[in-house]
Amino acid sequence: MDIISVKNLTKKFGDFIAVDGISFAVEKGEIFAFLGPNGAGKSTTIKMLTTILSPTSGEILLDGHNPLHDALQARKSFGIVFQDPSLDDELTAYENIEFHGVLYGVPRETGKQRAEQLLKIVELWDRKDELVKNFSGGMKRRLEIARGLLHHPKILFLDEPTQGLDPQTRNHIWSYIQDLNKKEGITIFFTTHYMEEAEKVAGRVDVIDHGHIVAEGTPEELKKKTNAASLEEAFLSLTGHDIRDESASGTDHMRTMGRAWGRH
Amino acid sequence: MQAIYIIWLRQLKRYLRSKSRIVGSLGQPLLFLVALGFGLGPIFQKAGGGNYLDFLAPGVIAMGILFTALFSGVEIIWDRQFGFLKETLVAPVSRLKIMIGRTLGGATVAMIQGVVVFVLAFLIGFRPEYLTVGTFFLALVFMFLIAVLFTALGTAIASQLDDMQGFQLIMNFVVMPLFFLSGALFPTEGLPSGIALVVKINPLSYGVDGLRHALTGIASFGFGIDFGVLAGITALLVVLGSYLFSKIQI
Repeated sequence: MDIISVKNLTKKFGDFIAVDGISFAVEKGEIFAFLGPNGAGKSTTIKMLTTILSPTSGEILLDGHNPLHDALQARKSFGIVFQDPSLDDELTAYENIEFHGVLYGVPRETGKQRAEQLLKIVELWDRKDELVKNFSGGMKRRLEIARGLLHHPKILFLDEPTQGLDPQTRNHIWSYIQDLNKKEGITIFFTTHYMEEAEKVAGRVDVIDHGHIVAEGTPEELKKKTNAASLEEAFLSLTGHDIRDESASGTDHMRTMGRAWGRH
Repeated sequence: MQAIYIIWLRQLKRYLRSKSRIVGSLGQPLLFLVALGFGLGPIFQKAGGGNYLDFLAPGVIAMGILFTALFSGVEIIWDRQFGFLKETLVAPVSRLKIMIGRTLGGATVAMIQGVVVFVLAFLIGFRPEYLTVGTFFLALVFMFLIAVLFTALGTAIASQLDDMQGFQLIMNFVVMPLFFLSGALFPTEGLPSGIALVVKINPLSYGVDGLRHALTGIASFGFGIDFGVLAGITALLVVLGSYLFSKIQI
């Protein structure tokens, strides 16, 4: 059964087409990697999947619900770790976790146990009562992941979850996620720039570039198709060696449009 | 209910932890009370207006609430810039509940501010004879309505802005006119007709009047009209704010 199904999804910001008619599906219980260079359209796609950006056209179904018309039901089906910061700096680490637990209706006792377990995995248990504004970038990242794993949704979106973390922490986090996937059948949808990570954990991979899906298959299939020894080589041969600029975010595009219309 | 509570609690914690914001937001009301209260007091007395501090204090309390409440609503812009807004927007909680939690949180903070300004005014000599425990509770009702109204207005405005550049604009073209043209500083009787009209359509005028009536017994519109107008506009703005908030995209 497909738990995520996307058909002809398109997002335009003015003249700029960030996502250009992509279609794909993710089966229940899969670990699915959504790979692409900077600015390929990964985060825009994730924003549309997670109900915070509406598509220009196309259809999305998350666990049978359309995020556009049935946002609340769709939201009940997933959890997400964002690519960029989304913590409250004025709260402590533990308060951030607690806030999340209440919003997602995690029972109190379960929440407490998981919070302790997760904060220990990301090595922040000793500092749980400190204000987040005193944390380093890496610590915030770790807290963000711990918070994202507090509730156990049907689908977990992870947008570059391990960006900037050391190999030890990355290993801990991935084994926890794989465990969740196996034991609770949670579908994992993630993006990453660490190709060896994707090769190791992903059951299936889609490669997106310039708003189009350019390849789809298991890591093995992609390597075979491109005659590559590793997924990294396969990725490079599919998307080219040019360095991409990180494309401006949707809000930036809206701002540019706003300026063009003299709104600012 | 729990979701509304935790959002409310977050607003409160943020306020109590930002000492500079608390101190900063008391400076201005204090300056108004001292400079205007004592500066214009003698003239007001001579003109037959009575004790100016008694007249002015409710207006300055309303100002403290107005600024804090609007600012609480506008905090959404910060949440958007620091990314925390996303965390609440993807949660399986209806936008209406998020809006209610935020509004009650902002309103609570603004009421605390209003009570603190009241204490400041009391300390520098605001002791109206009219005031009893009963009328003080009535004053709290008006403080609450003003607080909810302007938190909702702040939310409605902030959901339309995506950065802080618009904030100064709001201060100059919304907050200051609302305050100065509300009867907070001067009696609304016998004004030139243009200004009188603006005062009449300014919702804060009814908040100031209700508050002043409850605290000092001085009134222009009467409790019924004050309460009716405030409650009506508050309901309208809460609905509008919720609607605009539900349309936010990241």
